[in-house]
Amino acid sequence: MSSYKERFVETPLGQTRIWEKGRGRKVGYFGGLYGVPQWTPFLEKLSETRRVIVPSLPGFPGGPSSEPLDGLLDWIIAAHDAFVAAGLERADLIGASVGGALAAECAALWPDTVRKLVLIAPFGLYDQNEPVADVFAQRPGQAAALVSQKPTELASYLSVPKDGDAGEWEVQALRASIASAAVIWPLGNTRLIKRIPRIGAPTLLVWGENDRVIPASYAKRFADAITGKTRVRLVKKAGHMADFDDPKGVVRSIDSFLAA
Amino acid sequence: MKVLWFHLMPYQDLPEDFKDKHNSVWVDIDPALFDPLRGHEHYHEYMDQLEYAATAGFDGICVNEHHSNAYGLMPSPNLIASTLARNTRESAICVLGNSVALYNPPTRVAEEMAMLDCISGGRLIAGFPVGTPMDTCYAYGQNPSNLRERYYEGIDFVLQAWHADKPFAFNGRYNQQRYVNCWPRPIQKPNPPVWIPGGGSVETWQMCAQRSFVYANLSYFGHQASMTHIKGFWGEMQRLGKQPNPYQAAFLQFVGVAETRAEAEKLYGGPADYFYNRCLHTDPSYANPPGYTSEATVRARVTSQVLRAAEESRKATRSGGGAKFFDEGHVVIGSPDEVAEKLLSVCKEMHVGHLLLLLQFGNMSRDLTRYNTDLFAQKVLPQIRHLYEDEWEDHWWPTGMPKNLPKTQTQSRTTVGAAAE
Repeated sequence: MSSYKERFVETPLGQTRIWEKGRGRKVGYFGGLYGVPQWTPFLEKLSETRRVIVPSLPGFPGGPSSEPLDGLLDWIIAAHDAFVAAGLERADLIGASVGGALAAECAALWPDTVRKLVLIAPFGLYDQNEPVADVFAQRPGQAAALVSQKPTELASYLSVPKDGDAGEWEVQALRASIASAAVIWPLGNTRLIKRIPRIGAPTLLVWGENDRVIPASYAKRFADAITGKTRVRLVKKAGHMADFDDPKGVVRSIDSFLAA
Repeated sequence: MKVLWFHLMPYQDLPEDFKDKHNSVWVDIDPALFDPLRGHEHYHEYMDQLEYAATAGFDGICVNEHHSNAYGLMPSPNLIASTLARNTRESAICVLGNSVALYNPPTRVAEEMAMLDCISGGRLIAGFPVGTPMDTCYAYGQNPSNLRERYYEGIDFVLQAWHADKPFAFNGRYNQQRYVNCWPRPIQKPNPPVWIPGGGSVETWQMCAQRSFVYANLSYFGHQASMTHIKGFWGEMQRLGKQPNPYQAAFLQFVGVAETRAEAEKLYGGPADYFYNRCLHTDPSYANPPGYTSEATVRARVTSQVLRAAEESRKATRSGGGAKFFDEGHVVIGSPDEVAEKLLSVCKEMHVGHLLLLLQFGNMSRDLTRYNTDLFAQKVLPQIRHLYEDEWEDHWWPTGMPKNLPKTQTQSRTTVGAAAE
């Protein structure tokens, strides 16, 4: 993969890392449970046709500390601040998993700020009959198999790079999991249901058919609740991290949705 | 040295194949395994044992809090402590403790502990554990990302509630309350002694050192496991230039006394096996929710006691158990002289002035518990309680009723030390 650019912008919480690559129309990306600790094949593929901009959310790799954040409102404002500071206003926005929950909130509360919205297996809703899995109560080494159909590749992606500091890498991963827990503990239900009708942007819902964290049936729940025009794309042979499991397929769907 | 008799209150009828057929003793323990009629027997037997220990010569009796847990039948230690406060006269009532982050508002903790201090006549030791991940984050659903902060704030809340001489507003990050007014008030001034049960959390060491709380290391793996943590605490004390008073530390030890070591092995092997191979059958999934282990502790690389218990449990499963709990000192066993010598040596090495004993563990019967308690009280206690007596003063022990009370009040039910004259 060729190199991406890194820059830092100031947000009310502090320095925020922005990764960026590609040319053309801007599209933002909010990462999932682990944030974006390394550039991914999905982002690489996406950058072939668009200018991909990845702001780091608080607590996640490259982001400011999430310690000052209390309730969900603080998190939503912080995500919006990062989005604006990255120069993404009125651009398209992709949010995955935990980042998907926050992207949906931004699109709901600032309806003019997101042109088109892509949600990849977002958290936020909860159905007692089809409960969201507990991503935190997992034995060491088992979480990767829960969230991805390619657990070995995922484990390798999440492990410290050759030139990295193992201790700092572990602390960075811990901070990311704390940030995820802050947003979705204990059930993944952020009560987005109250605000989701405010989403007027055209929205694509991307879901791994084999998502063991949030069942793929949730795609329809989201689509039904969103006021804007929606499209659902189920991805075969993909789990919760569909963009990791099938980068090419997911980029193809996103490209066609954003271009339409 | 002060010696306290500690009860976990284990459920004694977990099936022999518990480890094979069930996932964990904790959080998702099968409700069908609990027979309320056995519960009735257990509670009465265990409260009898605690009350007996108070008369047998132990300085204190000790209860603690667990939730959805088959080896700890005290979701509310305060309920048990209140009966003990009424039915005992002299021993300290050590509640180790209330996990303050679980109570909203923490006023409830301040009130109930004040009640216990009043009922007991100033004999309460107020313990504030952060609580295990299983108890707090899973059984009680608290968010691990802010559990510790809530816990620290909860302790501040309770202490302020006890100290304030008028109603006040508490404007915290997690607790806002217009009127905090703890009625009743604790007898002990400014507050009952505060003990913090902890494992290897760096923040806990720092808090105890800075705020002059007792650091009580509760490990199920005996003195060898406690050593690292207690040394971490004393290291923090030294770093802050604090006096190393051994009474500012406590640790927990399983003990089985008999006429000989061979006899002890025979008597206590079964109960120890029940505890280590059934009661500690925990699922490591629940051991480390994000944020429970702080960044500072991850950096300090201190293994959490819970993670260790879970890992030990899995290892034991793989190796088919075994009796290493005696060889590795998880349970100290032997003749009274051997046990006294061992306890003196480890207390000196760890520089610890409060010894918490589990003389009932696992499925130990009523008779064997009585035998262990008696033998310890009669033949071990006299050999160990002199430790530190002339060198250090215990500033973390309940004061009892104030001296020179009007006559009507001096006839009250209770005494600690020389308080009732």
